[in-house]
Order: sequence, then C-alpha cells, then structure tokens
Amino acid sequence: MNIHEYQAKGVLSKYGVAVPQGKVADNPAEAEAIAEEFGTAVVVKAQIHAGGRGKGGGVKFSKTPAEAREYAKQIIGMTLVTHQTGPKGKKVKRVLVEQAGKIKRELYLGMVIDRGASRVVMMASTEGGMEIETVAANTPEKILKEWIDPAVGLMPFQARKLAFGLGIPPELTGKAVKFMVGLYKAFVATDCSLAEINPLVLTEDGDVVALDAKMNFDGNGLFRHKDIEALRDFDEEDPTETEASRFGLSYISLDGTIGCMVNGAGLAMATMDMIKHCGGSPANFLDVGGGATAEAVTNAFRIILSDSKVKAILVNIFGGIMKCDVIAEGVVTAAKTLGLTVPLIVRLEGTNVEKGKQILAASKLNIISAADMGDAAKKVVQAASGRAN
Amino acid sequence: MSIFIDKDTKVLVQGITGSVGAFHTQQMLEYGTKIVGGVTPGKAGARIEGVPVFNTVQDAVKATGANASVIYVPPGFAADAICEAFDAGLDIVICITEGIPILDMVKAKRFMEGKKTRLVGPNCPGVITPGECKIGIMPGYIHRPGTIGIVSKSGTLTYEAVHQVTTIGLGQSTCVGIGGDPINGTNFIDVLSAFQADPKTEAVIMIGEIGGTAEEEAAAFVKAKMTKPVVGFVAGQTAPKGKRMGHAGAIISGGKGTAAEKVEAFRAAGISVSETPSDMGRTLARRLGLKVK
Repeated sequence: MNIHEYQAKGVLSKYGVAVPQGKVADNPAEAEAIAEEFGTAVVVKAQIHAGGRGKGGGVKFSKTPAEAREYAKQIIGMTLVTHQTGPKGKKVKRVLVEQAGKIKRELYLGMVIDRGASRVVMMASTEGGMEIETVAANTPEKILKEWIDPAVGLMPFQARKLAFGLGIPPELTGKAVKFMVGLYKAFVATDCSLAEINPLVLTEDGDVVALDAKMNFDGNGLFRHKDIEALRDFDEEDPTETEASRFGLSYISLDGTIGCMVNGAGLAMATMDMIKHCGGSPANFLDVGGGATAEAVTNAFRIILSDSKVKAILVNIFGGIMKCDVIAEGVVTAAKTLGLTVPLIVRLEGTNVEKGKQILAASKLNIISAADMGDAAKKVVQAASGRAN
Repeated sequence: MSIFIDKDTKVLVQGITGSVGAFHTQQMLEYGTKIVGGVTPGKAGARIEGVPVFNTVQDAVKATGANASVIYVPPGFAADAICEAFDAGLDIVICITEGIPILDMVKAKRFMEGKKTRLVGPNCPGVITPGECKIGIMPGYIHRPGTIGIVSKSGTLTYEAVHQVTTIGLGQSTCVGIGGDPINGTNFIDVLSAFQADPKTEAVIMIGEIGGTAEEEAAAFVKAKMTKPVVGFVAGQTAPKGKRMGHAGAIISGGKGTAAEKVEAFRAAGISVSETPSDMGRTLARRLGLKVK
C-alpha cells in the first residue's frame, strides 16, 4: 500500500525524522492561509501517488501567500502526468504547503528489504534527486549500503559510516545519525516495505531534513496497523482491483481482450503466458485462491465481465483442495445469473474433474471445454478474435 | 530414496485445531503420512483425528519423537511458530501459511541462523514423496512414485507439472514447493543439490517465476554442479512491471526479475526450457530421449 508524501512525513516525524514545517490544503484559500501563518516563502506540492511531480508542473515555489493561493488554484484539480502516472495521469485533490528552506546539498536515502540477504538494507547516495535505479545502473559505486541485523537494529556506527560516506560535515553527522535511526525505527514499527527520502537535504541553516518522502507498506502487515491502513486513498487505486481484494481475489487489470480466471498465482501467470504464446492478450490477472467458493467464482466473473474490453473468457482450474465440481457449479451459476455475453472456455483438471465436466455439459450453456492448457488458450484466442471481426 | 521426507518421517501439525489444520491432518493421514502429534497452545490433551495435541512443540517432540512439522497457523503467528519448531530441533519444518508479514520473516531468518533445521516455505504447497509421505496441501492422488524431482515456487503450477510428468508415463521422486514469498527458507539450490545427490532422482523440473534472482542463481548452480538433466519453466513472461502478481515475491522491480532474464540464464546453463506451461512434460520427454506422441 502507498500513501501520500504529506502522510509519510507525518508518520516519519513521529519517529524523530526531521521534516520541513508543512500543512495540507484542499483548496486555494487554505493554501494562502497556511503560507500566511508560516510567514515565509513556501513550496506548493501536488499530492498524488507518483514521483516526477516537479517536472509535470505539480511543484511550485511561492514567495507570497497570494502566490501560494494562485499556484494551489492551478494545481488542485489538474491532471498531473508524470513518468510514473502513466499517460492518463492522476487528478490532484490536495496540495502540501511547506516552508521553503535554503538548500545546500541534496542527497538520497532509502530503505528496502534485500530478499537475498533476508535483511533490511539502508542505502545512501550523493546523487540526490535522481532515481536510485538510474544510479544503480550507471554508477553503482555511488550507492552506499548497510545491512541491518534485526536483533539489534540500525547501529549508530552504521549510520555514521553512511553519513561520513556521503561527505556530511562532522558538525551535522549527529543530526544525520538521528535522522537515519528514526527512519529505521519508523520502517520496522509500521511494517514498511520501502521508504525513500529523495532528496534528503542539508540546509543553509544546518539542518538535515526530508524534502520528499515516500513510504510503501507490506500489505501482509497492515492488519496490525489500523492507523496506517486509515491513510489508504482509494482514489489512487484501480477501483476494480480494490473491489476484487474485498472478495479475497487477487486481480490486476491489463490491456488485452481475454478475461482469465485461474486458481493459484503461478498457474495464473502461466495461463497469461500461454494466451500470449497463442497470439492473444490477457485482459487481467486473476487468482481466485486455493479455497474459492461458488460465491467467489461469481464475483470473479462479475469483475471480469465489467471490463468492456473482454471478448472471451478462459477459466483454467487445477483442482487440488479446490474441487472441480464446486468450481463448475460456480461457473454455471455465475453464467446464468450474470448472463454470459462472451464465449467461455473452461479447462478443468484435478479433484472431481469428471463430475465437474458433467455439470458443465448438463447446464446447456454455451461453454467450450478444453482438454489442456494449450488447447484452452488456442480456443480462447480464436473465440476472442472471431468476435472482434 | 527421496529427498527431505520419506515413509519414516514423523510429523507434527502446528495449528492442528484450526479448520485448515484439521482438514489437512485428515487428508495427510489418509495418504499414509505418519502424523504423530499436533500443537496448539492451550489445547493440550485434545485429540484431532485421533492425533494427540500438545501445548508446545517441545512437549510434542518429547512425547512422540517427531522429526518434522507442518505449519497451518494464521499469518500473524506463523513466524513465531517457525522459530518454535527450530528451537525444538526438528529436521524439517514446512510452512504452508500465506501472508506472513515480511519483517516477521526477516526476524525469523535471523533466529534460524546456525540451527540445523530446514525450513520449506512459507506460502508453499508443501513437500511430497509419492507413495510414502505427503506434508502440505497438494492433492495426493495426482502423484505417482518415480524418478523425476520437481521444485517450484508455485502450487497449482506444480500440480500441472506433476500431471504432465504422469501423462508421459513417468512419476516423481519428491516434489518440493519452495513458495512464492520474497523471503523463504529452502531455495532452488538447496533442492537441486539434494536431487543431484539422490540416487532415485534421474531428472529435475524446476519452475520459477518473475521477481528476485533465485532462478539466475539456481541456473549458475546447475551449470557448475549438476550432471542430471534439468527442464525449466518461468511463469510471468507477460506480467507488467511494478505489479505484484498474486505472490508477494512475484514483482518486477527496477527492471529486474523479468522472465526473459531468467529464461536466458536457464538456457545458458544448459537447462531445457519449456516454451509454454503446457510443454513441461513433452520438453522433459525430449530431453530424456523418450518417445511421446
């Protein structure tokens, strides 16, 4: 789960991470009032779940409250397109109004979970403002890393190594260490999966501050952080994916024309691959899970059919614990209640497969059955293209 | 012979009194697995499917001589259950639970360091040595004893491979689901080296998926250390970047972890790559010089 910059800064400051003084505004008048209250120059920043906002015109420096109002008026309601939003862009609902400080140096600080090492790793780089992936690809030697032992946490010496490695002057290392230790504490306390401070700035006034902040959270850890879960912004998510997750379905919408319903993530990915191999293109990834019920199958169908791009549907089930006859009943009920408007190809294998096939055959519905995955993919690609012609 | 588990493996079920644990206890008993005890804190003295329940893994080990456990406890408590099983000195712990917070696994991995126990999973279908012992949630009846070792990150895709191996007239020595989580216990290399050392295993099917670099590392191992034929498949060739494809670990991030890179690594290591998921059996047959229609 992602959150907005202003929310991330709110979370981080609770753990002793220094952030600029700032407040969020929903309209231009509020932005003006905040700037007035600060009595300094401010930066007005669009709040969307994507980076590259500055280049897209979503970040403006304002010398006066009136200017802040004017920029807020321009930004709130605009559709911001950045390299991370996709071509459709994202609509801005609010802005963060922050005191503007004088920046001396811009650095990068990030934390992720290193899968290979099974450790949280803190990464730092002198290339502030650049994407870490770019730095990693072009100048990997510029990324400093410290792997953190979960039993003792980030040790001060590790933070000092990073601070000195970045060339932070001795009089500021104390603040830098405090910043990094705070960041690590916030990371583990909230079940973060990624935290990025880009840029981390050294100011003319001798402060070490998070000018930007990005936090992603591990969905599996959210159950124990109701306060973090409350920060979720559904407007930033694909509504169909959100709805699917409510029914325990793992769904990702894609650009193709063939709707897929599969049990198991690996088999679901493999089914998409098979469709592509046969010359088609999947409209979605959908894993109904191991213990799907007839109700889950119905919901899965409804979600697939709500996508107007879908020209044919492929159901690929390898029943293990999940029985084929239960799936077949779910498919038949869904097809009858929802009114099947596109060709449906079903491939069943595994537990109670014969019973399942009988149920499909007895339903008198126009269901095309397939012998195996390859056969199913061929048939569904054919069906989807036939309809398009 | 087989790897990791066989007819003499004595198994505990952690989380045996939950609905999932109880159901699979019955399924495993039916298959012939020696389930000797269960563990649910506070439920000592109870019986599930005739199996005695204990408060702690240590108590259960003392009373039953168990050397393996399988975990069906909910995600918030599963990492703790793994650590408890390690503390009790079992040979192998198989964690089925899906959805364990990743930072819990970071801590558990730290706890596991220096201990002899092997962890398989989490978020996996389990391990089966057909005809001898089934530990996990896979449908037992699709398997048959044989000479092909299977290792995979995915559950249902493993069933697909098992089915295809059976269809070409062969069987399986042992099938190991290592799970789809970004941090897990046993990795591809652990399983491959065990298959290489197992006299009964003649060839291996390895099924990977997008995300991480475990497949690339496994390919390097195959090239350097394996003499037995290996057939591979990588799921997720059509997966978009930056989207988590069901499994927590299946995500292409920062342009790394794509299927194309993994397939390339497989080929370079002399692994016969199955172009599509429905060709795993046929690719194996070709590699072994078997005639299959």
